[in-house]
Amino acid sequence: MLAQIETLPVNTPDVDWAGLLPLAILGVGAVVLVMFRSVVKRLPADIETQVVTLVGPITVLGMWVAGGYAGENVPLASVRDDVGEPAFYIGLLVVMGVAALLVRTMQIGLDAAVTAGVGLSAISAVWALWDDRFTSTGPFNAIGDQFGVDGFSLVITGVIASAVVLVAFLLDDYLRREELDGPEMYVLMLLSAAGGVVMAGANDLIVLFLGLETLSIAVYVMAAMHVRRSESQEAGLKYFVLGAFSSAFLLYGIAMVYGATGSTNLIDIRIFLDSVVLVDDGLLMAGFALLLVGLGFKVAAAPFHSWTPDVYQGAPTPVVAFMASAVKAAGFAALVRVFVVTFGGYSSDWQPAVYALALLTLVVGSVLAVVQRDAKRMLAYSSISHAGFILVGVQASSPEGTASVVFYAVAYTFLVIGSFGVLTVVSGRGDRATSLDDLDGLAARRPALALAFTIFLLAQAGVPLTTGFVAKFEVIGAAVEARSYWLAIAAMVTAVVSAFLYLRIVLSMYMGTAAENPADDGSRIHPAAALAIGVALVITLGFGIVPGPIDELARDAVPHLVAAG
Amino acid sequence: MELTTTWYLVLSVLMFSIGAVGLLVRRNPLVMFMCVELMLNAVNISFVAFGADLNDVGGQISVFFVLVVAAVEVVVGLALVVAITRRRSDANADDISVLRG
Repeated sequence: MLAQIETLPVNTPDVDWAGLLPLAILGVGAVVLVMFRSVVKRLPADIETQVVTLVGPITVLGMWVAGGYAGENVPLASVRDDVGEPAFYIGLLVVMGVAALLVRTMQIGLDAAVTAGVGLSAISAVWALWDDRFTSTGPFNAIGDQFGVDGFSLVITGVIASAVVLVAFLLDDYLRREELDGPEMYVLMLLSAAGGVVMAGANDLIVLFLGLETLSIAVYVMAAMHVRRSESQEAGLKYFVLGAFSSAFLLYGIAMVYGATGSTNLIDIRIFLDSVVLVDDGLLMAGFALLLVGLGFKVAAAPFHSWTPDVYQGAPTPVVAFMASAVKAAGFAALVRVFVVTFGGYSSDWQPAVYALALLTLVVGSVLAVVQRDAKRMLAYSSISHAGFILVGVQASSPEGTASVVFYAVAYTFLVIGSFGVLTVVSGRGDRATSLDDLDGLAARRPALALAFTIFLLAQAGVPLTTGFVAKFEVIGAAVEARSYWLAIAAMVTAVVSAFLYLRIVLSMYMGTAAENPADDGSRIHPAAALAIGVALVITLGFGIVPGPIDELARDAVPHLVAAG
Repeated sequence: MELTTTWYLVLSVLMFSIGAVGLLVRRNPLVMFMCVELMLNAVNISFVAFGADLNDVGGQISVFFVLVVAAVEVVVGLALVVAITRRRSDANADDISVLRG
C-alpha cells in the first residue's frame, strides 16, 4: 500500500488567494490579535486610547487594500487609477480622519476595535469579490475543488463578518461590565467566524466537517467564558456534550455517503448521483438521515433543539447574539449546499424528512416560547421557530427556496443581534435581570431601548415594514410554489401564535409598572453598544421598507458546484 | 470464514451505538467524553472499511482529520470540566442543572 502511494504523483491544487481573502483576513486577524496581546498584556490607559484611535485609519487602509486585492472594478479599488493624484491622497486622509474620530467617540477597547476592523476588512473583500470577480466571471473554486466561491457563500460570509463587527461592539461594554476583559473572547469569535466561512464555501464533506468543528469548538468555549457564573459554565458543558454528539452523527453520515458514492467531494458526489442509478440506496438514505440529524442539531431544529434554551439562557448575552446569527447562518448554508445543491436529484427522498422537521420546529418553537418566564429562554424558543421558517425554505428545494433562505438569514442576523443587544444592556451586571418581569415598564426607564426592542420584536413577529415580514413572506411564497400548502399554512398559524407572545412583551414594557431593577442602574448606554443596536435597527426598518436590494442579492446568491478544470 | 467489508461496518455500527447509548446513559462527564471518542472512532473504522472496499485512499486520509478534531474536542472538553470542578468538588452531569425551563 505504501509503495503504491509513493508512486502516485503529488497533485498540488491551484490556489486562488483572492478568493480565500475573507477567510484569510478573519483567521490571520485572530492569530495576530492573540499574538500581539500575549506580548503586550496591558497598555496604560492614555496610550491605549491613542492606539485605539489609530485602529480607525488602519481599518480604512485595510478595507482599501483588501478590496483592491480581491477585486478590480469596485468603488473602493477603482481609486487605484487615481493613486498618485493629490486629490486621492486628500480624500483618503479625510476618510481616515473621520474613522479616527468615529472610533474615539465610541470609547471602544483595543481588542474590540481590532476585531471590528478585521470584520470590516473581510466585508470589504467579500464586496470586492462579489462586485468584480463573481459578477464578471461567475462562481469559481479557490483551492482545487475543495472550496467554492459563489454568490451564496459570499453572502453568507458577509453575514458572518457583519455579525462579528456588531457583536464585537456589544462585547466591548459587556466584558468591561463583567470584569472579564481580555482578547480571548474576540480571538475565539474570529476563529469561529473563519470556521463558518469554511462551512459556507465547503465543496467537500470533510472540509465542511472541519469548518463546522472550528466554528463549534470556539463557540463552546465562548459560551463557558463567564468564569464567575456557574450557569455559563453549565451552558458551555451542555453545548459541548450535545455538540460533540451531533458532530459524531454528522461524521457518520459523511462516512455513509462516502461509502455509497465513493467520494466525499460534493462535485464528484453530484456527478456520480446524476450518472448512476443506485440499485441499493440504503447506505445513501442512512447517510441523508445522519447528516440531517447532525446539521439539525447545529441549527436547533426540533426534535434536536433541547440544548438551545439552556445554552441561550446560560451563555453570556453577546455570545448568544453570535450563536443565533453567525452559527445559525453557517449551519443553514451547509444544509442548503449539501441537501439542495448536492442531493437535489434525490429531493423526493429527503424532502419529507425536512418537511416533518420544519413542521415540528415551527410548532415547538412558537408554542413553548409562550410559557417561558425568562427573556433569553423565550428568545431561544423564538430562534427555534425562526429555524423552522428557514427549514420551510430549505424544504422547497428550489431556487426560490434558496433565495428565501438567504434573505431570511440576512434579515434574522440583524434582528437577533439587535434583540440580544438590547437584552445585553438591560440585563445589568452579572446577566441577572433577564426575567420577563424585569422588562416591565422598560419604556419609562429607558424609552429609546424600549422602542428599539419593540421594533425588533415586531419584526420577529413578522409585522409589515420590517425585514421580518418580507423574510417570512418569501419563505412562505417558496413553500406555496413548491406545493407544500399545509406547511405554508402551519407556518402562518405559528407566526400568529408567536406574535401574541411578542405583543405581550411589548405591552408589559409600555403598560407595566416600572419595576425596580437593581441590576440595571439606568446609566448611559455605551456608545459602541448603541451603535450596534442602531445599525441593526436601521437595517431592520430600512430594508423592511425597501426590501429590493437584499431581495436582488438573495436572488443572485445562487450556490454552485463548479467542477475543477 | 473470510472477513468482508460488512463485518467491519457491523463492528462500526455496534461501536457507534455503544457510544451513543453510553453518552445518554452515563452521568460522569469524563465517561461521556470517552463515549464521544468511541463514536468518532467507530466512524473511523467505517471510513477505512469503505476506503479499502472502494480502493480509494480518501477514506484513510479522512481518518487523520477526524483524529485531529477528536483530540481538539477532548482538550476543550477537559478544560471545561476542570473549570467546573474548580467551583464544585465533584463533576456529575446530574448536579450541573441550574438551567431548567
